[in-house]
Amino acid sequence: MNFENLTIEKIREGLFKKEFSAKEICQYFLEKIKKEDKKIGAFLEITEDLAKEQAEKIDQMVLQKRELPPLAGVPCAIKDNILVKGVKCTAGSKILENFIAPYDATVVRKLKEAGAIILGKTNLDEFAMGSSTENSAFFPTRNPLDLEKVPGGSSGGSAAAVSANFCIFALGSDTGGSVRQPASFCKIVGLKPTYGAVSRFGLIAFASSLDQIGPMTKTVSDCEVVFKIIKGKDRLDSTSVEPKIKEEEFKIENLKIGIPKEYFGEGIEKRVKEEIKKAILKYEKVGAKIVEISLPLTEYALPCYYIIAPAEASSNLARYDGLRYGLKNVPQLSSLRDFWEAYFKNRRNFGKEVKRRIMLGTFVLSAGYYEAYYLRAQKVRRKIAKDFEKAFQKVNVIFTPTSPTLPFKLGERISDPLKMYFSDLLTVAVSLAGLPAISIPISDLPVGLQIIGKHFAEKEILKVAKIYDDL
Amino acid sequence: MISKKQVKHIAKLAKISLKEKEIEKFQKELSKILDYIEKLKEVDIENVEPMSHSVLLENVMRTDEKISEFVFDKEKLTEQFSHKEDNFLKVKKIIQE
Repeated sequence: MNFENLTIEKIREGLFKKEFSAKEICQYFLEKIKKEDKKIGAFLEITEDLAKEQAEKIDQMVLQKRELPPLAGVPCAIKDNILVKGVKCTAGSKILENFIAPYDATVVRKLKEAGAIILGKTNLDEFAMGSSTENSAFFPTRNPLDLEKVPGGSSGGSAAAVSANFCIFALGSDTGGSVRQPASFCKIVGLKPTYGAVSRFGLIAFASSLDQIGPMTKTVSDCEVVFKIIKGKDRLDSTSVEPKIKEEEFKIENLKIGIPKEYFGEGIEKRVKEEIKKAILKYEKVGAKIVEISLPLTEYALPCYYIIAPAEASSNLARYDGLRYGLKNVPQLSSLRDFWEAYFKNRRNFGKEVKRRIMLGTFVLSAGYYEAYYLRAQKVRRKIAKDFEKAFQKVNVIFTPTSPTLPFKLGERISDPLKMYFSDLLTVAVSLAGLPAISIPISDLPVGLQIIGKHFAEKEILKVAKIYDDL
Repeated sequence: MISKKQVKHIAKLAKISLKEKEIEKFQKELSKILDYIEKLKEVDIENVEPMSHSVLLENVMRTDEKISEFVFDKEKLTEQFSHKEDNFLKVKKIIQE
């Protein structure tokens, strides 16, 4: 049996027609990971028992001729900052090296109920801070398309796992581009939903006003299926919402695509621009209207993000004192001085980038600097959101490149933090505005097209993305 | 450029102990990042309200009772403490009598 080109749809059909069993699929992917992941490093942990147990359940359902749930027998991978009950959840950090999740994240519960088979937990930049997965405390992940190159980040393990066909889909998390940029680098599909569309319960927090969980898949259709399952209001995340979505008939002749000139300027690699322009032309040929627009605040999105995200991170990561979450070999405390010493020492277990962001965040929130940095950034954030609002009065969707460059080599940017931050140049504004955006592969080169929609317009951007698949 | 003293102060606020070499490194790196962030001063923010969330959020009220969706094993959580007594995290008393 050839399991190389499976999709969610094909698995359902195959199980229904008894062409294969869930156990066979599960076994195939587990073996493939064991054989081939050594050179890629997509997985931090394989959850073999959990996977086999779920496969057995699905096969029983087939046997009993029960109706199969939408993800029955579909092998998937979960970014290691999302909790799976009874499984280690490290967030790529030494400080959580032995932490075992005591419950399921809401998205994981939903996937399990939908019949998905969880194969393992994927590698990431520590606490999702980074753009190359080199900041993992354990090992870097390599790009399956070119082992010399990074897979992007921070959801680099998830992107690599899908791209290498270790699974059918994976979950990632996106704070400033961490689903979209690795999707672009690994030539897969990655969706960052509208802020609030998917519950964050059980996602280890990085920057709470920006974090969103999103699906990473091989096809746009699969992306839609997974998104429909994980979305929705959750009582356990009070920022999650059930949006009212207007059902509007979609016609390509009515589609107005905005092209913001600021996203094609300095710092964008020529080959990236060329590929995106080719994709835009294809849409124009099938009847979409192309409108040049301006998002004048674009150049301020990155500095704005690098105040707000570290500020929120410094506060979220205050809880890691090394005493509660499974750090081993912490000495018995015999005095008050010991307590503080242990506290300060335990926090040395954070990696370089995480420390850097905690320091930066602490600084911009500290007395005397709060107004000059943090408050100012929050005001700029509103102006950035207004920029998009204005643009969406004229167009339905906005097209930009996902990443300013093609995948770079391992080690190329890791010693220059600011250079690494520039990887997020084209994705952070969307995050600050809380908008949904999808990255789809459009070329033989690993170049992703970012399709941005209005708040809660996931359906629309998925439809627009599908057009490309059908071209 | 921020000073070494400032770096030490931030580290103290963030409760992270740093080695001398790290202090020097952070001084350079943070200064470079802060220089870049200065760019925001070019934006006119007169009469702009700060934005803390991208979608309109409302306070969520609920009755003070157990949420049925959230079930977890307390022991599974507490057994991960570095030091514990019964079901409590054991640390040194930090308030002096």
